[in-house]
Amino acid sequence: MTTQKEDEWLYTISSKRKFIDFNFKEIWRYRDLLVLFVKRDIVTLYKQTILGPLWYLIQPLFTSVIFTLVFNNLGDIKTGGIPPFLFNLAGITAWNYFKDCLTNTSNTFTKNQGIFGKVYFPRVILPMSITVSNLLKFGIQLLIFIGFFIYYSWAGHDLDFSGYILLFPLYVIIMGMLGLGLGMIFSSLTTKYRDLTVLLNFAVQLLMYVSAVPYPMSEAKAKFPPLVAKIVEYNPVTQIIEGFRYMLLDTGDFNLGKFLYTLLISIGLFMLGLVIFNRTEKSFIDTV
Amino acid sequence: MLDVILKVDHISKQYRLGVVGTGTLSHDLKRWIYKIRGKEDPFLKIGDKNDRNSKAKSNYVWALKDISFEVNKGEVLGIIGKNGAGKSTLLKILSRVTSPTTGEIKTKGRIASLLEVGTGFHPELTGKENIYLNGAILGMTKSEIKAKEEEIIEFSGCQRYIDTPVKRYSSGMRVRLAFAVAAFLEPDILVVDEVLAVGDAEFQKKAVGKMQDISKGDGRTVLFVSHDMGAIQNLCNRCVILNDGLIQSIKPTSEAIKEYLTINVLDSGSVKEFQKEATLVKMLSAEIQNNGISTTNFHSGDDLDLFVSIENEEHVPVNLFVGLYDQYGEKIAHFGNTYSKFDIKSESTKVCVKLKRLPFVEGRFHINLSLHAYGKPHHLEKEVFAFEVSPGDYYNMGKNVLRNNGKFLMNVGWNET
Repeated sequence: MTTQKEDEWLYTISSKRKFIDFNFKEIWRYRDLLVLFVKRDIVTLYKQTILGPLWYLIQPLFTSVIFTLVFNNLGDIKTGGIPPFLFNLAGITAWNYFKDCLTNTSNTFTKNQGIFGKVYFPRVILPMSITVSNLLKFGIQLLIFIGFFIYYSWAGHDLDFSGYILLFPLYVIIMGMLGLGLGMIFSSLTTKYRDLTVLLNFAVQLLMYVSAVPYPMSEAKAKFPPLVAKIVEYNPVTQIIEGFRYMLLDTGDFNLGKFLYTLLISIGLFMLGLVIFNRTEKSFIDTV
Repeated sequence: MLDVILKVDHISKQYRLGVVGTGTLSHDLKRWIYKIRGKEDPFLKIGDKNDRNSKAKSNYVWALKDISFEVNKGEVLGIIGKNGAGKSTLLKILSRVTSPTTGEIKTKGRIASLLEVGTGFHPELTGKENIYLNGAILGMTKSEIKAKEEEIIEFSGCQRYIDTPVKRYSSGMRVRLAFAVAAFLEPDILVVDEVLAVGDAEFQKKAVGKMQDISKGDGRTVLFVSHDMGAIQNLCNRCVILNDGLIQSIKPTSEAIKEYLTINVLDSGSVKEFQKEATLVKMLSAEIQNNGISTTNFHSGDDLDLFVSIENEEHVPVNLFVGLYDQYGEKIAHFGNTYSKFDIKSESTKVCVKLKRLPFVEGRFHINLSLHAYGKPHHLEKEVFAFEVSPGDYYNMGKNVLRNNGKFLMNVGWNET
């Protein structure tokens, strides 16, 4: 009975934690769960509402209108020949996706303790599914953007995609990774320190203003104090928003160095998020 | 040859009392300092055993301590113990919801756990959508669920409502659907916590039957936790008895149940000492027994033996009366030795009252005792015992009476005239 060799065991449950022990095979085995969670999120989000997915449209449209009025009409921010409304809509679309990924994944552990306390599945499936289901919202908002893009072109504005539009899918992935990575870090920390939830809500609002959402990087360089301009410039989210606008509207500055910088930071934060999340998932149920 | 599929090796789990979590920041720091110096965690050396009744000496408590056992392939292992004995903690560790403080568990098969039915059910989704979602949460793949969808729906008995959102379901239907999904799980090792205690009598029968199929027919390995000794007896080959976070023993089921019922004695109050002073005539103590075992657990049809020790220094005539109350405090029976024309000796003695073939289907009952002396009530003890009756084989049919058979069971005779 005791002649079993160690390698015959399928897996071991123990208190020992390896620094990185990801069971990718297991995550892959639960891929159907990921799909079903995404489906659940999408199907149930707007049940019993009158406007349904139209809410996806109303929010960015109104925000863009307000931004245009405040920052461009009142604040006189130049958008480099692009209609300010379209400029803001592009920034908000990108920002919304990042923000949703971050805030919706940041309460994974606290929100799902009911399920997590009763059954095991790779916990990372949940934040991943949130990132994927947010893609739908992003897609719808992008369609609205394209609608206005066509409208403005037809109305005589000189608009053009950039040649780098091919990088677009990569940008979406970077945004998702960055939002998910930060979200996982926050969700792990909130299991022990609840005040982070409050901090996050507040920090996300401020982050938008140092991420060049309602203004182009060129204006920030010209008008901000040098230190603030540097902070804005090296904020990876700024780079994502700028790059996004560059691809869709051919405006703003873009270079490969900054792109790689953003890519590396995002991958780094994503990996860090995975590691922290993985360490937390083992015993969070005792601390949450 | 016995094939070990699961090996639990010196599992312990420590919790901190009072504050949630593993301790304060200073304890976290101390732990970390010990860790980088390569020493053992200082807080693992301390800690009380998990006895809820005594005042804690230390802030740390061991919910489980040094648990080791092996489970063979195809075996149904019961885990029994009082509330707080560590059963749920053990299940949580086995199902990987939380990790042990020390020790490890090795397994050769996939473990699926049923600590609750209907985990992750979403009220807005239809029954069918929830079957898929719940199945996937429990570890099934989409194709596995698809293959069993028909069977699951049929087993649940919710065909008509399968495309209706679950929020419109009655709670019973929801539970049936949830159990149906769980019943068609096919893991190598299934861990089940008292989920059978759901639904109506008909569905319970179906559920126990399904559990038996799973364990006997399909040769699946099952770890089963329950307080229902009937279900344990029906399903399990072997039982682990947990007591205060320690393994008390591992035995074949029938012996284990006997042992469990006897450890249950002391704290559940099947023996009572009375404290009545300043009188020469009084009741000293009382005890209830089921078939020679001191316990408060009975089945319908069991005999309840009530022993009362009486001190009678004055040698006056005494009479003993017994009142039986249901869980709502309503008096359902009253009897005394005078009704049976039985005279209690006028000296210190011990009386046995036999309640033959308990005629209750199930419930919780109280006993009041009243000793009459000098021709009037003299010593009254209220709610001396609370005993539990669960469905048993009252009619000797070879099976338990059904829960929906009314409150009382009748001793009837049949004749053709």
